[in-house]
Amino acid sequence: MSGAFRIPGAGRFKQAKTARFSFDGQSYTGIEGDTLASALLANGVHLVGRSFKYHRPRGILSAGAEEPNALVEIKRDAARKTPNVRATVQELYEGLDAQSQNRWPSLSFDLGAVSDVASPLLSAGFYYKTFMWPKAAWKSLYEPKIRAAAGLGVSPDKPDPDHYSSRYAHCDVLVLGGGAAGIAAALAAAETGVRVILADEQAEFGGSLRFESGAKIDGQDGFAWAQAAVAKLAAMDNVRVLPRTTAFGYYAQNFIGLVERVSDHLKAPGHDLARERLWQVRAKRVVLASGAIERHMVFADNDRPGIMLAGAARTYLNHYGVAVGRNVGVYTANDSAYAAAIDLKKAGVNVAAIVDLRDNPTGPVIDEARALGIEVNFGRAVIRAGGKLRVSSMTVQPKNGGGERTIAVDAILMSAGWTPSVHLFSQSRGKVAFNDETKRFVPGTYAQDCVSVGACNGTDGLSATVDEAYAAGAKAAKDAGAKAAKGNKPKVDASESWSRGMLGAAPGAGPDTTVKAFVDFQNDVTAKDIRQAVHEGMRSIEHVKRFTTNGMATDQGKTSNMHGLAIAAETLGKAIPEVGLTTFRAPYTPVTFGAIVSHARGPLFDPTRRTAIHPWAEAQGAVFEDVGQWKRAWYFPKAGEDMHAAVDRECVAVRKTAGLFDASTLGKIEVVGPDAAKFMELLYTNPWEKLEPGRCRYGIMLREDGFIYDDGVVGRLAPDRFHVTTTTGGAPRVMNHMEDYLQTEFPHLNVWLTSITEQWAVIAVQGPKSRDIIAPLVEGIDMSDEALPHMSVREGKICGVPTRLFRMSFTGERGFEVNVPADYGQAVWEALWAEGQKHGAAAYGTEAMHVLRAEKGYIIVGQDTDGTVTPNDAGLDWAVGKKKADFVGIRGMARPDLVAKGRKQLVGLKTKDPKVVLEEGAQIVEDPKQAIPMKMIGHVTSSYWSENCGRSIALALVAGGRERMGETLYVPMPDGVIEVEVTGMVFFDETGGRLNG
Amino acid sequence: MLLIRCPYCEEERPELEFRNAGEAHIARSANMAGESDDDFEKFFFIRSNPKGIIYERWRHMHGCARFFNAVRDTVTDKFVMTYKAGEPKPSKLPGAGK
Ligand SMILES: [Zn+2]
Repeated sequence: MSGAFRIPGAGRFKQAKTARFSFDGQSYTGIEGDTLASALLANGVHLVGRSFKYHRPRGILSAGAEEPNALVEIKRDAARKTPNVRATVQELYEGLDAQSQNRWPSLSFDLGAVSDVASPLLSAGFYYKTFMWPKAAWKSLYEPKIRAAAGLGVSPDKPDPDHYSSRYAHCDVLVLGGGAAGIAAALAAAETGVRVILADEQAEFGGSLRFESGAKIDGQDGFAWAQAAVAKLAAMDNVRVLPRTTAFGYYAQNFIGLVERVSDHLKAPGHDLARERLWQVRAKRVVLASGAIERHMVFADNDRPGIMLAGAARTYLNHYGVAVGRNVGVYTANDSAYAAAIDLKKAGVNVAAIVDLRDNPTGPVIDEARALGIEVNFGRAVIRAGGKLRVSSMTVQPKNGGGERTIAVDAILMSAGWTPSVHLFSQSRGKVAFNDETKRFVPGTYAQDCVSVGACNGTDGLSATVDEAYAAGAKAAKDAGAKAAKGNKPKVDASESWSRGMLGAAPGAGPDTTVKAFVDFQNDVTAKDIRQAVHEGMRSIEHVKRFTTNGMATDQGKTSNMHGLAIAAETLGKAIPEVGLTTFRAPYTPVTFGAIVSHARGPLFDPTRRTAIHPWAEAQGAVFEDVGQWKRAWYFPKAGEDMHAAVDRECVAVRKTAGLFDASTLGKIEVVGPDAAKFMELLYTNPWEKLEPGRCRYGIMLREDGFIYDDGVVGRLAPDRFHVTTTTGGAPRVMNHMEDYLQTEFPHLNVWLTSITEQWAVIAVQGPKSRDIIAPLVEGIDMSDEALPHMSVREGKICGVPTRLFRMSFTGERGFEVNVPADYGQAVWEALWAEGQKHGAAAYGTEAMHVLRAEKGYIIVGQDTDGTVTPNDAGLDWAVGKKKADFVGIRGMARPDLVAKGRKQLVGLKTKDPKVVLEEGAQIVEDPKQAIPMKMIGHVTSSYWSENCGRSIALALVAGGRERMGETLYVPMPDGVIEVEVTGMVFFDETGGRLNG
Repeated sequence: MLLIRCPYCEEERPELEFRNAGEAHIARSANMAGESDDDFEKFFFIRSNPKGIIYERWRHMHGCARFFNAVRDTVTDKFVMTYKAGEPKPSKLPGAGK
């Protein structure tokens, strides 16, 4: 019913409902509780994918997260296509739709498999050797071809419709891994009352108890004990139990990243459910109980579908009730494969033979295998596997040579031993140590407050594991502040124990260069490749890894690293610890971008800042531009107007009558206190002590190196109070710069700094009619030129609300900047707009603002300066207080290179053809006929069409610019050279009379 | 993510709340304008960049907003201690035997 290979009475899902699913379009039936892998195997399907490089047919190797081969695409709908899903992890649901990858046109007939035949071309280092010349061909020819041929799945082409959530958590003891060790540790910690989180990557807790049929704890079957213990933990208030949750990264100070798969196992997850949840956990103590991963045997054609890890075959039988074949062979260097053979034999599967590389192993499992009538061969190797799309035989030979014998099988279970999962320990910056006796890397020196228990610590046997884990859990709780434990240690009644195994290539992987004995299945790295890397001069394991790509696939070499290392060490003639282990890096298993990004995408990716006047501008049909996080009105097109027409009209209106401009985004900082003027003296180049209250000054801020950092108009409201404005983009860093000096260099000054950017909406009213527009709405401020001259500030009321009214100009016209509390910004704007309409005023945007200021030669810091421009370079020497003894930048700007002749200086440029508008950023040369590369003497910083001037205008940084007035220079462009004349920076109203016009 | 103890808040807070602000204990001259080119070079450009213990400035940007000093090991990334701005460079570090 749910597959011909399902064994009646076996497995743990006897009452489960069936679930229909499809693989490559073919329908199958599985049961709820299956993984896609177990469901396929139940239906006799082993061939599930093609390999990355050689396109060799591949089957299911494992029953867990280490799977290198069985990567499939799971499709829910057009937008929900997930490539590279491990079939061994994906839980089955009704209607699941899976597709194989890396094959064309079909899984059983793949044209790409020609690369298997042509494999001498694709040996170790082939990327580096074959495709690097000619260089130009890499981009156009090689890379697309390799990507198409060797792609790992296809990414979806639509936006991800799912949502992902994110949580922070704190706990006293975080237990990673929910096998016997993790559960025992969690029980010990939880019984003390401290906060415990227990996480496991599987849907069900139990770890290797899923397949260890011989385990008994507290009188129960091991797996049943695990379920009962976890149920007890889950019911405790101080415990959080997280199944389907993988700890992918161990970061500084016990900060752990975990991903919980919330709904990928559900048939139709509602949109109220996140797909995945990112947990960022800070734990006082961490218990690592991550278990061990079985290694395969390295022999010729060990990748044929049907060849799998012995522990995986046992899991499929004991947990899922699935036989992986009807006539299986076993190839091992380790006792654990015997246990698999015994379980399968007892379930009625024929075990053709056990081939054991060891010479004369003894032990209860060996005796039991023999007692069951299984043929056992010692000192022999499987030198070759037969079959292509499915293994059909194994060829056996005494390991020191001799006669071959071929045995027909439909599956081979293999085990070279178990590798402790030290990934998270290693990520925590702990140093592993090599145990020469057991040939394992185990945790050595700890770098963080964590402890490893059980198989990941190299502890063998269930009883020792539970003892160690329970003690470690209790100690972790105590170290985290627990009082005393009051629980009972689980009692192990029966367990299994295995001896060690082997590392590296078995005799069957011999030096024969045509043999493909895979070390890394996912990246198609063979034993031969690793030997070749050493022969070609790679000495460090990190170089061998990169040259062969061993362990660099998405499985990160969980099954292959130790074999690769051992083969490299053997070839180098060195001991394994001398060669060293490659670094383990996060993530432990692949993590979706969705989980990491969580809600921070689309409009929530970055905050959007809008001014109080934004809704009005929007209603007027303004086009906005992004300035940092701000949305600023760029221009206000009327019907039929393009950008140029709108900007021209806005510029003309300002100079003819008046314009209104939303300047709210300007940075604003209030500098207050008895020493406010002293502080301003130190932070700006200008003198401030003598600036009278009620007056304003254009200030320049430098960095200590003497270069311009920011600028803005500063109003002195009172002897102890300055209203400082900064550039829109510069506000946060100027505030930081000021705070830095105030707190650390000038802490003796009695000053407070307050960011007031968002407290005040700012409406610039500029133009000959500006005073006429404002005056009717203002109370308590004398608006006459005598009482309120250019560069002054008054406090009063406008439209009945408080205002700081600046008379200042960034256009060269008579102008005002009306500051009102942000809540009144739009109302005051609308009142001013209504007044403005009587005079024919226009609203203008940032583009017109830029043109108008450029017509007057007013610079924009960050556009006309670039962090290497001094006040002198910018023609702003007049703003530097010559008599001042100190200010930030005073020494830096006196450095020899900064006062040398020939520095780039800001000047104006006029194109010889007034209709030609230069490109900002364009380079400037003296002689356009010189050979390429030409000597560039400067570049254009600002350039616009000026309707008011009837021509184009530009500002530029030019070497020795102020000594070049009237000179002709050249701007070479792709479609011809543009002639320009060097001029002063003021293009309009050179005498400045209009400021009072 | 590191945990950093703010000496003003007297609490360990996640790294996200802080900004590094460069090496500490580089005093700005009281007679800045009179500094020689060499002295200015040392003050502005030259940094120790040690492998091991570094004294550096941090700001509790998204907390109390105060600048403070910290002693950190550049090899392990671990903070040895933090102290308030203006306090002298500690002559003895906690955990150091001498
Ligand atoms: Zn703080």
